[in-house]
Amino acid sequence: MIEISNLKKVWEDGTVTLEDINITIGDGDVYALVGRSGAGKSTLLRCINGLTSYQEGSIKVDGREVKDMNERELRELRRHAGMIFQHFSLLERQTVYQNVALPMKCWKYSKEEQEKRVMELLDLVGLADKKDAKPRNLSGGQKQRVAIARALTMDAKYLLCDEATSALDPKTTSSILDLLLEINKKSGITIIIVTHQMEVVRKACERACILEQGVITAEGPVEEIFFDKPDSLLRLLGEERRELPPSGHNIQIGHPLECAKDGLLLNEMALELNYAFPIIDGQILEYRGRNLGMFTINVDSEHLDAVKRFLDDRSLEWRELCCEHDTSAVHMFSDSEEA
Amino acid sequence: MSLANFTFADIFFKLVVPAFIATVRMVFIAGVLATFFGFIIGIVLVVTEKGGLYENRIVNRVLDIIVNIIRSFPFIILMVSIIPLTRLIVGTSIGEAAAIVPLTIAVSPFIGRIIQNALKEVDPSLVEAAKSFGASRPQIIWRIMFKESVPAIVSGLILAIINLLGATAMAGAIGAGGLGAVALTYGYQNFNQEVMYSICVILVIMVAFIQYFGEWIYRKLK
Repeated sequence: MIEISNLKKVWEDGTVTLEDINITIGDGDVYALVGRSGAGKSTLLRCINGLTSYQEGSIKVDGREVKDMNERELRELRRHAGMIFQHFSLLERQTVYQNVALPMKCWKYSKEEQEKRVMELLDLVGLADKKDAKPRNLSGGQKQRVAIARALTMDAKYLLCDEATSALDPKTTSSILDLLLEINKKSGITIIIVTHQMEVVRKACERACILEQGVITAEGPVEEIFFDKPDSLLRLLGEERRELPPSGHNIQIGHPLECAKDGLLLNEMALELNYAFPIIDGQILEYRGRNLGMFTINVDSEHLDAVKRFLDDRSLEWRELCCEHDTSAVHMFSDSEEA
Repeated sequence: MSLANFTFADIFFKLVVPAFIATVRMVFIAGVLATFFGFIIGIVLVVTEKGGLYENRIVNRVLDIIVNIIRSFPFIILMVSIIPLTRLIVGTSIGEAAAIVPLTIAVSPFIGRIIQNALKEVDPSLVEAAKSFGASRPQIIWRIMFKESVPAIVSGLILAIINLLGATAMAGAIGAGGLGAVALTYGYQNFNQEVMYSICVILVIMVAFIQYFGEWIYRKLK
């Protein structure tokens, strides 16, 4: 478990990169730190394994304060917190096998242990046949797989991913994320993903926090963040907030589309209430392999209660949007986000 | 004494060949010593610089200045000006052993800079990756920085050894012996062009050999 509270990081020249950071990352979570470049997300990640220092507040990894660790304790912490990078950071002059074995060499494991573990991991990432290849003969996705294997050699409890998919094409990104999720499921490793790609967050992460200029502007389950659409999310996606009709009530509905019939929800509502309403916004998002529908409809005051009742009966997530560009929800509904 | 009574073959085998061996010996010994000291200088310069593994402004600054001072001396001046030190170390200021002292002192900072540049070229993200899996600082220097920069170090060392060969010939002018001394005393000052040019040819071949051999190693390593 990683508990970060009131964290503040100031560079030597006095610029504040992180301020008032409070997050808790549970064991086995897949957690995203999202933000545009310069938002401080990579710095926050490096605070967790002590690659960079922080001035105020605390980071506790499994109950132990990172700031107070001496060099030996830090090395011990990092041993159990593997890290992968945007540009893979593999040794170009060594083979895949040697690259993966390097951490074990540094920690003086026996040759037999090294060989056993390296082959196990290369099998896991699907590169056993490439063990004697040099990194320059591998594709970007393969290099990242080698880096993942290297990060896992010491039975890591945490895997820190610093823009690990940013240099990869969408298809490769997706296969790397699948691999990370597989590892997460198999070994229960906690994965922290730093990224600026919202697709990555949607596909892989359970919880996320959005950082803007060193402060957290949104935090929570990914589904909820997408449903709430805070300004910081829109800025990250480069989207404009949609103009809402000034009259009537604008109701945003979120619901899972698990089978074809789920797509008929609005249709059903219109039939049951015998009321036709305009759809003013609609989107279907894939989230961790599930499809989520997100619609905004405009309802007149007369039918408002009936619509609310209909939605509550099916325990769907909904909220009423205000006309002013205000993100605060008038109504937050039941907590049924986790299936 | 005139060399007119000797055939070229006599001169070659009695003078040039031993001189050649002396030169090789000086280059080799001074080269090994200078590489050793150069490594220390280069590594210390890299690890003590800002953001380095053992950041230390003062050590870095002082060493940097010393290196610059030694490197700004023309070799022949350096050699003469450190004669007292040479005497202190080897007991004499002439001969092969005496030449090795200034040669080592002159070339060490040069090799130090070469090692420094080679190590600096190592992608800092590799160092960070090594830290991220808990490698210790000596392990990072050896297993990451050094191993990744071996080709750059080798090509730099070739440069340094060829420089050293040139300096050795120069040292011959003030009593070091070797090819330089023979070329000057028996060739230039005796108006014996055969001796002088044969030594030039030997030097050209030596340089070519070092260069090609070095490049061959470089390719193997790369």
